[in-house]
Amino acid sequence: MTFDIDLIVESLPLMLMGIGITLKLLIVSGLLGLMLAVCLLLMRISGKWYLSFPAQVYIYIFRGTPILVQIFIIYYGLPQFEAVRDSILWPILREPMGCAIVALTLNTAAYVSEILRGGVLGVSKGVLEAGSALGMSARQKFIYLTAPIATRLALPAYSNDVISLLKSTALASTITIADMTGIARTIVADTYAPYEIFISLAIVYIIFTFGIQKLFGAIERYLGRYTEREG
Amino acid sequence: MTRTDAQPLIRMQGVNKFFGSFQALKNINLEVHRGERIVVCGPSGSGKSTMIRCINRLEEHNDGHIIIDGKELTDQVNDINAVRREVGMVFQSFNLFPHMTIVKNLMLAQQLVRKLSKAEARDTAMHYLERVKIPEQAEKYPIALSGGQQQRVAIARALCMKPEIMLFDEPTSALDPEVINEVLEVMVDLAKEGMTMICVTHEMGFARSVADRIIFMDEGEIVEEAPPTEFFDNPKSERTKKFLSQILTH
Repeated sequence: MTFDIDLIVESLPLMLMGIGITLKLLIVSGLLGLMLAVCLLLMRISGKWYLSFPAQVYIYIFRGTPILVQIFIIYYGLPQFEAVRDSILWPILREPMGCAIVALTLNTAAYVSEILRGGVLGVSKGVLEAGSALGMSARQKFIYLTAPIATRLALPAYSNDVISLLKSTALASTITIADMTGIARTIVADTYAPYEIFISLAIVYIIFTFGIQKLFGAIERYLGRYTEREG
Repeated sequence: MTRTDAQPLIRMQGVNKFFGSFQALKNINLEVHRGERIVVCGPSGSGKSTMIRCINRLEEHNDGHIIIDGKELTDQVNDINAVRREVGMVFQSFNLFPHMTIVKNLMLAQQLVRKLSKAEARDTAMHYLERVKIPEQAEKYPIALSGGQQQRVAIARALCMKPEIMLFDEPTSALDPEVINEVLEVMVDLAKEGMTMICVTHEMGFARSVADRIIFMDEGEIVEEAPPTEFFDNPKSERTKKFLSQILTH
């Protein structure tokens, strides 16, 4: 078996044309997912069962089912309901891109809210008591003490989830989206050269992951400056 | 020094506190007048910390009354933060905000709770950092300071709120022996200025020289309450004698 370098040189630029779509999936669902995750977190730690219970059920369902199945349910399943086709969400759910972003967002939110909760639980009780003793309200303690400390604590696990999300975006190719993986699959279908194409695709993802790691490393160092004795 | 004036600053009447089925405080009655310095001692688990934590409602009592400067602490007090503003607290483990510089630690509650401007808060913060003799640490993070320095910062942070009462919950128990004195000195200065103080501590030298009254607790009860000379030289209860013999023989 030979490794066709020319084919890689030829198809790499084609695959990289999908970079925009991959980035869009990653950034849009990453940000929306983070916002939803914060809402879920606040519901879970609200101490009110009618908020915390639905959040728990949501997290249980989305962590308990494969993301590919979630994408299929949203893309193939939802349009069967007339109510969905008549709803204001239809313009989003009509498009594969909209469906992929919705699925990735809903999925990542479930994981990220648990990651954030881990951070919140890691904030020392004594620090919050000191806040109470100074007369700070629950809201002030959350904003000025819990949130910044928990963010720092949750960051390593969160960066893990962002990397995981990057790779989940490849699943969007199963519902006709021409992201990097989607383009690669088209090229493979034309050339019957899965080896060269998919290996070069894998390398592109690895380079991406490296970039994300570096970015979060820098954020961690910045947010963690108070954990260094010399500084 | 016994004052008979008006109402006491702190009054606890028949206070009981349970953790589940364990009774941490049993029928606590205590009055503290303005300017009084009280030292609370007793074996571990005797309810000392729980008692002072009830005073600023970090723990909620189950029965009885706690009245701080005329305001009763109840479930209905939605203004607990107003009471807490009058009551400063220093913890065994310092509990500085780890993600903020020293000066920001001192400024935060002033800005949020006392609604001072940033500049005013910073001035007050620097004033109290001078008083605890570490203004040069202002821009560092807590982790860069020694335990003794951190505890002095914690005292300064509480003082920035201009409290009427200071509660100390074993402020020197987590410290290395050589830095205990730098913290005690700050507390002695505070006492000299007439601050109303309740200190849970095992520093018997401090108790003897600073306290107006010493309270000995055991198993959730106040067993004995006496001025220092009487407490140390002529304790009445057997439990007090036993406790004193245990801590003073070494």
